Amino acid sequence: MGSSSLHVLKGINFNIQEGELVAIMGSSGSGKSTLLNILGMLDVADEGEYILDDIPIKNLNETKAANYRNKFLGFVFQSFNLINYKSALENVSLPLYYQKIPRKERQAIALHYLESVGLKDWATHLPSELSGGQKQRVAIARAMASRPKVLLADEPTGALDTKTSYEVMDLIQKINQEGKTILVVTHELDIAKMCKRIVQLKDGVIIKDENINQVLASEHV
Amino acid sequence: MNSLRVIFDKDTWQEIFGSISKNKTRTIITVIGVLWGIFIYIALSGAAKGLDNGFERQFENIAMNSMFIWGMQTSVPYDGFKTGRNIKLKLSDIDIIRQRVPEVEFIAPRNVRGVFGGAAPLVVRNNKSSNYNVYGDYPEYTRIATKKIFDGGRFINEEDIKYSRKVCVIGEKTKMELFEKDENPIGQYIRIDNIYFQVIGVHKFIPGGGFETDGDIYIPFETFKKIYNTGDRVQWFTIAAYDNADVVAVEKEVKTTLKKIHRVSPDDERAFGGFNLGEIFNKIIGFSKGMTLLSLIVGIATIIAGVIGIGNILLISVKERTKELGVRRALGATPSEVRNQIIIESVFLTLIAGILGIILGALVLSGINLATADLTDFPYTNPTVPIPFILGALFIMIFLGTLIGLIPAQRAVSIKPIDALREE
Repeated sequence: MGSSSLHVLKGINFNIQEGELVAIMGSSGSGKSTLLNILGMLDVADEGEYILDDIPIKNLNETKAANYRNKFLGFVFQSFNLINYKSALENVSLPLYYQKIPRKERQAIALHYLESVGLKDWATHLPSELSGGQKQRVAIARAMASRPKVLLADEPTGALDTKTSYEVMDLIQKINQEGKTILVVTHELDIAKMCKRIVQLKDGVIIKDENINQVLASEHV
Repeated sequence: MNSLRVIFDKDTWQEIFGSISKNKTRTIITVIGVLWGIFIYIALSGAAKGLDNGFERQFENIAMNSMFIWGMQTSVPYDGFKTGRNIKLKLSDIDIIRQRVPEVEFIAPRNVRGVFGGAAPLVVRNNKSSNYNVYGDYPEYTRIATKKIFDGGRFINEEDIKYSRKVCVIGEKTKMELFEKDENPIGQYIRIDNIYFQVIGVHKFIPGGGFETDGDIYIPFETFKKIYNTGDRVQWFTIAAYDNADVVAVEKEVKTTLKKIHRVSPDDERAFGGFNLGEIFNKIIGFSKGMTLLSLIVGIATIIAGVIGIGNILLISVKERTKELGVRRALGATPSEVRNQIIIESVFLTLIAGILGIILGALVLSGINLATADLTDFPYTNPTVPIPFILGALFIMIFLGTLIGLIPAQRAVSIKPIDALREE
């Protein structure tokens, strides 16, 4: 915020193929969140280009960005960001509401995704009645519900204990195995190791970008 | 057109109900603000209308542009006369007034026994008797002050005057006191000061102030003249001006004319008394118009205050919901969707509050109406608020609701989703 500009990212160049599970790592201030925000069209880069599924993302006004976000991207946040007066089902169906999908259909889809994260029985519960892990699973179901091209997860396990973190990562891995492209921002190495590729950022530049042998979260659960 | 679609979309309403039922206390307090405004508006303008109707009812039996004029004592020496001369109006004055004051529509001379000094005549029937005021009247009098006559009867007519018939119109009270309960007084005879009169009608008493009562007896002017030996003398004129005439000017002209006839100084203010109903009526109409205007202003001002309250609360609500709005936008809500939602929330709250206020106001008005229905002396009848006023108020509320909703809506949109999400 504020009028003074600060260059956080100083030349980032990388490609992500469809179906990848990428961890973006770095200490705080390294620019990983800024990168994710740009990828998420919540923020714009002052220079350079961003091509998502062969579509150049540029000259975005708010409405256009909203539509792109709605169609292409699913967000998972550290603090879950569920709407606290809506039930799990309503939360999951919210992106579909903005896609103008009729109510009945919307709820069917939402229920399907809740089922896929194992929370079908919790559909009518409010977020306050769910545990942290359950909340994050609802958030993942919500991110998935709009069938996005890419899932962007900003510290998805940041607010969870280790066991629940691994459960959530297990879910993320499963979704990835079904072919979804996923970016996870994290500063925890064990979480990063559960991805297929790690991009390390430091002071706004990529210092390391390597494919790794994925550690399956299910082995830890 | 897009926003119209949004209004009729069930989902929109689900969203709105979701967010306004989230914080019930706040919603209720907000609603009370506007509810109070529209309630005040309805109650005040209804009350003003009731007062207006009440005044109108008080005057309904008398022409609103009428006046009474009577003779008094001169206070200025003139034309060889000393001061203190008693002025008596005369029947012959009528023709001159008609000639010289063309604005006069009706003029009826009246005489009475029992009101201005002098004992009320004794009225006897069989073994019952009482004292009642007796008026000598022309049929023209009913053109100025309506006298409702019960079925089967009539008022004095020209023939009665012409032949000085001994007929009378009695009051409800007279009938009750002199006749049996289920007896028809029409055609019966009563004795007024020992002279037999045939009853030709019973008049319905309408309270309207003044000195008239429900026991008054009306007899033909000519008959009165002969019985009480009043000759040409008239106690007072009841005059009605044409509807479009200026009653105050007419009164002045009539008095000027009378001063000439009776050789009274043009500067003598005390020679003739007058009571100008039209003037008083105009003042009352002006008063109730002022009341209506006042209630309109106060009501609308209160509504505006209430709507501003809604805007205020929504502004706080938007601030509270910054994060939620950020999430919504990350999930794909466009700025216009966010804006519409908040404006519709604003309008919806305003309207609900308004409708509740109108219902509450109507209930209170009907309560007042019930409570004052039996009070005939209290000038308060049928308090209503005209439908256009209500529609106007609703329109103002929708308009202001939209306008005030724009502020928080614009604020909600101006926060970037990224900043909204960052806010903890």
